[in-house]
Amino acid sequence: MGKQRVKFTFIGDLVKEPVIYKLGRDFKIVTNIRRADVQEDMGWVVLELEGEDDEIRRGLQWVGTTGVRIDPVSGDVIDG
Amino acid sequence: MAFVNGLVCRECGREYPAEPLNVCDFCFGPLEVVYDYATISEVISRDRISKGPISIWRYEDLLPSNGDDPVDIMAGYTPLIKARGLGKRLGLNNLYIKNDSVNPSFSFKDRVVSVAATKAVEFGFETLACASTGNLACSVAAHAARAEVNAVVFIPSDLERGKIIGAAIYNPTLVSVKGTYDEVNRLCSEIADNYPWAFVNINMRPYYAEGSKTLGYEVAEQLGWRLPDHVVIPSASGAMFTKIWKGFNEFACLGLLEGVEPMSFGADQNTAHHPAVTTRMHMTQAAGCSPIATAWNSGQTQIQPVRPDSIAKSLAIGNPADGIYALRVINNSNGSAYAVPEEDIVDGIKLLAETEGIFTETAGGVVMSGLKNLADSGAIKPDELTVVYITGNGLKTQEAVEGVVDPLMVKPTMTSFEEELSLRERR
Repeated sequence: MGKQRVKFTFIGDLVKEPVIYKLGRDFKIVTNIRRADVQEDMGWVVLELEGEDDEIRRGLQWVGTTGVRIDPVSGDVIDG
Repeated sequence: MAFVNGLVCRECGREYPAEPLNVCDFCFGPLEVVYDYATISEVISRDRISKGPISIWRYEDLLPSNGDDPVDIMAGYTPLIKARGLGKRLGLNNLYIKNDSVNPSFSFKDRVVSVAATKAVEFGFETLACASTGNLACSVAAHAARAEVNAVVFIPSDLERGKIIGAAIYNPTLVSVKGTYDEVNRLCSEIADNYPWAFVNINMRPYYAEGSKTLGYEVAEQLGWRLPDHVVIPSASGAMFTKIWKGFNEFACLGLLEGVEPMSFGADQNTAHHPAVTTRMHMTQAAGCSPIATAWNSGQTQIQPVRPDSIAKSLAIGNPADGIYALRVINNSNGSAYAVPEEDIVDGIKLLAETEGIFTETAGGVVMSGLKNLADSGAIKPDELTVVYITGNGLKTQEAVEGVVDPLMVKPTMTSFEEELSLRERR
C-alpha cells in the first residue's frame, strides 16, 4: 500500500463532475480531501490517495483523461 | 546564530520543528520559517549589518541558517546602478537597476541556494538536488562543489546549451529528462519522495525561499536605508516576489529604515505589513506562461495552471506554488501584474544592453518590457524612485538573441572597410 499527495485542478464545467467520487468507486483507492477551494468556474482540491501503487497510477491516468489537471501538492517541482 | 523558532503552516497555522519539511502533514499547506523577532530586534542594527561580509550573509540574523560556516560562494551584495541611459529612454529620472546577473553562477538563484545548501549541510545531507530549467541547476551544482557534497540536477532535455554547460562544469550528476513539462515535473516529484536527498526547492523550500529576502534588504541598504516607490520584478513561482516584500517589511518592523519607527509583527509574521512600506510591487511574466498575471488582471483569487510555452524558460512555471500569496502582495501594495508579449522579450534584452551595457537573459527581457509598459502607461511617474530587478545573465540564453550578430564583412584593406562602413551608415 502506498500514499500519494496530489492537487487536482478543475476548470470550467469540470467543477460539476464527481471525479473524486468516481475515482474512489472505480479504483481501489481511498481518497482523503485535506484542503479545497471550489468556485463557480474553477476549483482545486488537495487530497491524499491511498492504495496499491499500480492502482493509484491507473486511477491518476483515468483522472487525466477527464481533463482534470494533476500536480504535486507543492506546485511545480521544476524551478527556474 | 540562527534566530529560528520553527516552521508554521501558512494555511492552518500548525507548528513544526525546524526540520527538512515543506508541507503541513494535516492540510498539505506550505510551511514557512518562524523567527524569534524579539531577540533579533535586540541584536540587529544598521551598524552590525554594515560590518558583515560582502554577501547575503551580512543579513545572517534574518536568515534561517547559522551564518558561522555558511556554504558561501559570495552570493549577493550585487550592484545597484543608477540607470541614466535607460531612464532617459523611458522618461524615468530616478531609475535604478539591481543587477543580480553578476552573482557567482550568474543568477539570483545563488542567494536561495546558499541558504538551502547551508541548511542541508546542517541537517547532515550528503546530496544536494534540484529540478531546474537552468539557473537553479547551475547554482546547486556550484554550491555542492563548494560544500564538498554530491549534486544531482534534473533538467528538461530541451534546455539552452549555455545553461547545461553552466551546470555541467561543476561535475554534478546531470539528468536530462525527455518528456513534456508536466511529465518531467511529476517524475521529479516522485524522485524527491523516494531519495534521501536535500532537494533545495522541495524539502528545503521553506529555508531556500528565505534567501530571496536579501534582494529586498540590499536595495534598502544601498538606497541609504530607505525603500523605493516602485519595484519591478520578474516572476515564476511568485516566491521571490513575496520574499522581497517580506524583506522590506522586516526591515521596517525592526526599525532599520531611515525615519521609520519599529512595529510588532503581529500574530502572523508572514503577512506583517508596516504602514511605512508603501512600495508598489509590480510583477512581470512572459505571456507564454503568465498564470499569476492572468489571474490578477481578471480579478481571480485562484491561479489557473497553464502549460508553459515561452522563450523565457527560467520563468516557465505553469502551476506557481506561491501564486495566491503573490496576488495578495500585489493587492496589499497597490501594485500590478503584466504579461509581456513574447515578441517583446528580445526587445527588452536589447533595450537594457544598448542603454546600460548590461546583458541579461530572457527573464530580464521580460522585466524590461514590463518596466517600459509601466513607464509608457504613466503608472510610474518620472521622478518616482524605481528599482528594476535583473535576475539572470544573458550569456545563458544566447540563442534568444542570435539575430543581433550582423558584422561588417570586409576584406583586409582600407578601401573595403570604408565602403562597407559607408553602406552600413546609409542603412
